[in-house]
Amino acid sequence: MLRDSHGIELRIAKITDAGEIDFNSLEQQFADGKVKLLAVTHMSNVLGTYTPAERLAKFAHERGAKILLDGSQAVVHRAVDVQTLDADFYVFSGHKLYGPTGIGVLYGKPEILDAMPPFMGGGDMIASVSYQKSTWAKPPQRFEAGTPAILETIGLGAAIDYVQNIGFSAIAAHERALTDHAIATLSQIEGLQILGTAQDRGGVISFTMQNAHAHDIATLLDRQGIAIRAGHHCAEPLMGRLGVTSTARASFALYTTAAEIDALATGLTRVKQILT
Amino acid sequence: MSDTAELYQSLIMDRTRHPRHAGKPAAYDAEAEGDNPMCGDRVHIYLNRENTAVHHISRGCAIMTASADLMADAVAGLTAQEIAARKAAFEAMVTTGAPNPDLGDLNALAGVSEYRSRIRCATLPWSALAQALEDEKNV
Repeated sequence: MLRDSHGIELRIAKITDAGEIDFNSLEQQFADGKVKLLAVTHMSNVLGTYTPAERLAKFAHERGAKILLDGSQAVVHRAVDVQTLDADFYVFSGHKLYGPTGIGVLYGKPEILDAMPPFMGGGDMIASVSYQKSTWAKPPQRFEAGTPAILETIGLGAAIDYVQNIGFSAIAAHERALTDHAIATLSQIEGLQILGTAQDRGGVISFTMQNAHAHDIATLLDRQGIAIRAGHHCAEPLMGRLGVTSTARASFALYTTAAEIDALATGLTRVKQILT
Repeated sequence: MSDTAELYQSLIMDRTRHPRHAGKPAAYDAEAEGDNPMCGDRVHIYLNRENTAVHHISRGCAIMTASADLMADAVAGLTAQEIAARKAAFEAMVTTGAPNPDLGDLNALAGVSEYRSRIRCATLPWSALAQALEDEKNV
């Protein structure tokens, strides 16, 4: 979309077979010094890989670029400190943090936001208005034109309080144990292949099972009361890189239990009998 | 857990593993492609006017592949008008889940009605066939 509206050139850094950022490839993309923004996910919604955000920020800054991290997945699973990461921009959505739909967060460094013009006009985003000239409110009001999503904002605040009260160290430890258990358990199912072997990974596991189609796997698990996601996960280019058209994906959250993972493994064994 | 496999009964799995009408025929009068961008499933339909023989190349889930193959059985020898009527009856059956005696083996797919997102898998080959018929008419 930015390419069409602003004529930007989009460059793509490769990933390794393990599903991690290939820094050699990234270096090549930056070689001519023209890159202005490094936009990267903080955690892959397909492979579960955490990207090394601090290292990436340092990499971008040393080469005169800004960095934008998409934390839609990461903020749910571990504590994020945008200052420590030295992120220029950090974004996430409310509904993945157990909060309401229709709201998200864009964090930007104050000096960058200060230098940016509004992208939309409306109530509460002006400092002064005359026929000759209008001036804009300071950030963040400058970027929040019109009546805000009041209910959603309060709801997202409650969701953030909720996860913070449980604590990210407890959430991360719980999910780490679940992920280890799931990888160990699912790996025992013959013919099931887990995609991605990143060192630093969260509770998202994509897999294929011989010739069984991901949607058939999902429907058959659904019949056993187990909900997974199937498809290309809004990541078609990555599917191409992995050499698949779709994957089945199990993901874990703070309320998932080890017994549920065992039920998934049992369910998959049954699915395998039917489909393969 | 007998209920688990109901939708994937032997007829469907048999047609998925061993489709009777798969592949590109040596001669055909019309062709059309159906694809579902949501899941990447794709079916290519070849229509031979003589005896209304349908072939398909399916790259997708078991439901779609079996549906394409059973469709080829169900439309063999029918006129375009009869196919349109059968398509409508099929779509009603997979949407409501109510078996229709006129549809024979196609009733094996009635179970998809429980899965809104999967109904499209079953109807995709029929949409592609309708497109092929439309194109053929305009030739």
